[in-house]
Amino acid sequence: MTSLSTLAAAEGSAAAAATGITSAAWLLVALPLLGAAVLLLGGRATDKWGPLFATAMSWAAFVVGFLVWISMIGRPADGRAMHLTLFEWIPAGSFNLQAGMLVDQLSVAFVLLVTFVGSLIHVYSIGYMEHDPDKRRFFAYLNLFVASMLLLVLADSYLLLYVGWEGVGLASYLLIGFWNHNPAYATAANKAFVVNRVGDFGLSVAIMIMFVTFGTVTFAGVSQAAGGASEATLTAIGLMLLLGACGKSAQFPLQSWLGDAMAGPTPVSALIHAATMVTAGVYLVVRSGFIFNAAPDAQLVVVIVGAITLLFGAIVGCAKDDIKKALAASTMSQIGYMMLAAGLGPVGAAFAIFHLITHGFFKAGMFLGAGSVMHGMNDQVDMRRFGALSGAMKITWVTFGLGWLAILGVPPFSGFWSKDKIIEAAFVGEGWRPWVFGLTAMIGAGITAFYMSRLFFMTFHGKKRWTDDVHPHESPLVMTVPMMVLAVGSALLGLVLSIGGTFTHWLEPVVGSHGEESPVLAVPVITVLTLLLVAGGIGLAWMRYWRDEVPVVAPTGSLATQAARRDLYQDDVNEGVFMRPGIHLTRSLVFADNRGVDGAVGGMAAMVGGTSSRLRRVQNGFARSYALTMLAGVVAIFALVWVIQ
Amino acid sequence: MTALITSLPTEFKVAQVDYSAIAPMLIVTAGALVGVLVEAFAPRRLRYAAQVGVALVALVAAFVVLVTVSVDAQGLTLERAVVIDGPALFLQGTVLLMSVLGVLTMAERFGGESPDAFTPMGAAVPGSPQEASAMRAGLMSSEVFPLTLFAVVGMMLFPAAGDLLTMFVALEVLSLPLYLLSGLARRRRLLSQEASLKYFLLGAFSSAFFLFGAALMYGYSGSIYLGDISKAITSASGELDGLLIPGVVFLLVGLLFKVGAVPFHSWTPDVYQGAPTPVTGFMAACTKVAAFGAILRLVYVGLEANRWDWRAGVIAVAALTMVIGSVLSVTQTDVKRLLAYSSIAHAGFILVAVLAFDKLGVAGTMFYLVAYGFATIAAFGIVSMVRQGGSEASHLSQWAGLGRNHPVVAAVFAFLLLAFAGIPLTSGFTAKYAAFSPAIAFGGRAGVSLVVIGVLCSVITAFVYVRLIVLMYFTEPAGGEVVAEMPSPMTTVALSIGTLVTLGLGIFPAQVLSLAESSSVFLR
Amino acid sequence: MSHAATWAFRVRVAAAAATSRHVPAQVARLPRVSPYVVVAAVVLVGLLLFVAAMGARALLAPKAPTRAKLTTYESGVDPVGQGWAQTQIRYFVYAFLYVIFAVDAVYLFPWALVIRSTGLGAASLVEIGVFIGILLIGLAHAARRGLLRWF
Repeated sequence: MTSLSTLAAAEGSAAAAATGITSAAWLLVALPLLGAAVLLLGGRATDKWGPLFATAMSWAAFVVGFLVWISMIGRPADGRAMHLTLFEWIPAGSFNLQAGMLVDQLSVAFVLLVTFVGSLIHVYSIGYMEHDPDKRRFFAYLNLFVASMLLLVLADSYLLLYVGWEGVGLASYLLIGFWNHNPAYATAANKAFVVNRVGDFGLSVAIMIMFVTFGTVTFAGVSQAAGGASEATLTAIGLMLLLGACGKSAQFPLQSWLGDAMAGPTPVSALIHAATMVTAGVYLVVRSGFIFNAAPDAQLVVVIVGAITLLFGAIVGCAKDDIKKALAASTMSQIGYMMLAAGLGPVGAAFAIFHLITHGFFKAGMFLGAGSVMHGMNDQVDMRRFGALSGAMKITWVTFGLGWLAILGVPPFSGFWSKDKIIEAAFVGEGWRPWVFGLTAMIGAGITAFYMSRLFFMTFHGKKRWTDDVHPHESPLVMTVPMMVLAVGSALLGLVLSIGGTFTHWLEPVVGSHGEESPVLAVPVITVLTLLLVAGGIGLAWMRYWRDEVPVVAPTGSLATQAARRDLYQDDVNEGVFMRPGIHLTRSLVFADNRGVDGAVGGMAAMVGGTSSRLRRVQNGFARSYALTMLAGVVAIFALVWVIQ
Repeated sequence: MTALITSLPTEFKVAQVDYSAIAPMLIVTAGALVGVLVEAFAPRRLRYAAQVGVALVALVAAFVVLVTVSVDAQGLTLERAVVIDGPALFLQGTVLLMSVLGVLTMAERFGGESPDAFTPMGAAVPGSPQEASAMRAGLMSSEVFPLTLFAVVGMMLFPAAGDLLTMFVALEVLSLPLYLLSGLARRRRLLSQEASLKYFLLGAFSSAFFLFGAALMYGYSGSIYLGDISKAITSASGELDGLLIPGVVFLLVGLLFKVGAVPFHSWTPDVYQGAPTPVTGFMAACTKVAAFGAILRLVYVGLEANRWDWRAGVIAVAALTMVIGSVLSVTQTDVKRLLAYSSIAHAGFILVAVLAFDKLGVAGTMFYLVAYGFATIAAFGIVSMVRQGGSEASHLSQWAGLGRNHPVVAAVFAFLLLAFAGIPLTSGFTAKYAAFSPAIAFGGRAGVSLVVIGVLCSVITAFVYVRLIVLMYFTEPAGGEVVAEMPSPMTTVALSIGTLVTLGLGIFPAQVLSLAESSSVFLR
Repeated sequence: MSHAATWAFRVRVAAAAATSRHVPAQVARLPRVSPYVVVAAVVLVGLLLFVAAMGARALLAPKAPTRAKLTTYESGVDPVGQGWAQTQIRYFVYAFLYVIFAVDAVYLFPWALVIRSTGLGAASLVEIGVFIGILLIGLAHAARRGLLRWF
């Protein structure tokens, strides 16, 4: 990082120093952080007004984000990105590190999504968590999450992004385990944590490689230096970034935590595990486009991971009876779509973000709908015990229905505009790739239609299968209004944003532009085929879950169904491949320390003396054996030094 | 031998003493001596207050003198035996501040008559009637405070030692009080005494290594001064080369023992577990500062010239230390042992910075020591607060569900653990950054591979710490009432300072980093 | 190694190693062999002797082990109690007083030797006073603890 000044200059050319309202962008992070701090430090004194305060802070962040966006629109396309230096974070001699914010089209899109959906969910939570004695803590965590997520998307360097990345992980972890009186939930929190560590490890290694090879970790610096780097290095960085993205976005093979993460309160699932945090991986891949575009191999892996996950999630979604787990599987699958698109390079990156935004709306809406259903059904989640709720919960039914139509990709609802574009983009290319990925995406759309319709019909239609003690009722306005707002977004946002390619043009300066490339199939053919598959999926679901009787107890089902119910044996695989060897490794190392070091020395004596007493004494840790260890160490060091010499 | 005799100065030469340079050490020594007198002459009921007062006043006064007077008196003094330069001043200041926190935690009484962590009568057989009557009579081990001050004197001299003999004297001055202190625990006294004896035996063993190494170096270079040794190495005739490598290795062994590097780490878990918890915190933080200071001086001033000959050994030690420390911390069930293994791992991380062989490596090492030390003292302070049935609840299962009953204590501890894990926005992260980046930049291939190992090990340790956090927050209490004692204002101050420093260094490390960097040049 | 010692060593080695007439020649050649080799050889021979003695004993001595003979204490009395015992530390008083009274000599004598010849000046008097003072504090502590009463 010898050339800090030149880097700053480079940043200057890419993103002007922030002016006007943009220079107040730090408020975006500071406001929710303030909320979290006040609630956590204020203690019981803030119980009364704390939730409202947190909600206000979130809305305030939205207002700031909105103003920043307005001012950005007012500037010409090449002057929209702005850079805001916060402070000198780590000035370790030549290793200078500034904390700064990059406010460009991509981050502003995220800011608006996060603050708007986040604020709606704050409002919803006021109703949902009304009776929880600990709701102050809950709102503090929500605010903490919003702050971290905004830091993640506004960071101007991978390191600061990493801070936000860990922050959202922490918040997610705290919120999954929020109802920690239930041990299963605590386990879920634990699992989410462990899996995420694997991903975070990938991200930290990627940052390290960048640091070692480029001497900088800012986006501007890395993108500039990436041009001169070898493809092997870039591929390595790309793969490690992908590992990080997989952990956070629940992509194959690190998908296992998302289903269990549904243990958290439903607003959390809506905000964190559907709309925002899980999309951080997609953001990372798109933001690192300059690396992936120069490393085709890594890019291919991204596409493959996306394709596998979208099918994986879809298949698992078909078998889940827990409404939240089914939605979680669908989230996984939809993010698979985004990942696939992000891996296609400039052709798909804009659509990945587009789908991310629309998905944020309709999936959050559906999760809130699911929460509303649970609210009315004594917190039950088994869809086999639902049915015919369309009458009892009209608003929930309509809003959920709009989300359902959107995720299916039925025109003219939001999902159609974004998902169809991704499928089209997947068909672009040469050789086998467009066929494989395009068809995967297309078939995935069909399966999506099946399982989402299954979910919708099982919940709202067919016959009542309620347990005796439930009396379904509509939720209060404070919960339904956010749902309505999100439903409007699910219905219209896609259409609005895609008129004249508004959104893709908006993102073009960040993700890069692409020439006119036509898919291997004609666009209308793709659209029609996709819609046919979707219709087929709906029809099949209609037959099985609306027309026919749905058994209250799940039938055993075929081997495939069983496999899908068990998440395609992901936990078994994880346990066999990762956990057991890890445990054995630790055990054997402990064994080596207790036995080996001493045993090697005491082995002779052990043969003479009684072995049992010997064993006991070994664990006692005698000073003499410690001294012998030291001596052995000295000898070993000598040997090493002399050999090297 | 004749050659050696002639090399000695025939005329006696008066050593010039720069009193303002060594004033902080003299002040602490004076405080310790006053403490001895207080111990002998002050009436029993005043003794506690007097001892704590004397110790705190001496430490704070020494620090004030250090930053106001001594900074302007840099140079070699006492005939090159003591070197007061940037690193020495920085580390001395660090030791002083940390020992203030250490004394504050040691003085904790939890509403009783005498310092809670220490036995009323060290000489009484554990569990004997004598001990019981000492307890009834309200006796106390108030001599721990002068002992601590003596240890601090050694710790201040250690990184400032300009020759091997001074270094050895400092080593012993800091060690002997610590041996005593670790044997004075009020509860689980057998464990404590065992720890003390083990620490003493192994410490003596390692001192012997150091002394032998010093003798060999004298044999090689004809001088005990680090500067002369460096010159002798550069202008080596090759005649006595056989003495050099053994000398270097033995010297390093003596110092690596003090920081608890593998394979000289075996004492660490036992001693950390057995010693009174505030002493453990003090020992873990301040001894590391002093010993790493000495390592830095020895390696950067004395032995840098032939570092290619011995570097491999220390690289292996660093790698092993990180790996063993972090892997073994996974299976620990005692919170103090867990922190002990974590301290071993941290020693490895710091060694990575030492091996950078650059000015920035010195700065990184010193910054890491500050970050680690403050967090450690606070962490052990909290460990000493968590009780079950009157004694420390050091088994991990006893910490389950602590977050529910004592949210603040658990939150602070969780935060400190996150700092140990190196999560951003804590001092642990900036410290790792400061330690690892010079290793990458100047350490060559070995530096990069050490950093890779270090990052991997950080992931392992992060797992350990977070498991503990999960235990505190998400696990049902195992049964039995585990309480966090209400700390006195003194401990509260110590814990708050430790925590705030940990947070502050995570967000705004700039000041301390640049201070470390500007004071990272050794005088020769 | 001083010349005298080296010489004595050579003589001993020579006497032990050879009875032939070529003793002078061997002495003349010895300096080429590193003295360490000689030391090592002596150590080795010592070890060999020890091992041979013990080995011969083990081979030659009659063995008739019985249960009683294999106990730790062959006296027939079973060990009672536990191994933990308190060490008497009352002799630390002597160590303490020895340190106080002997350590001062270490510095006082050299100081006394040079104080006149090299204008150390008054400052050195103060310094040595401080030194003695520190020892006196120790003595005062000891006296206060009753360590100086012998009746």
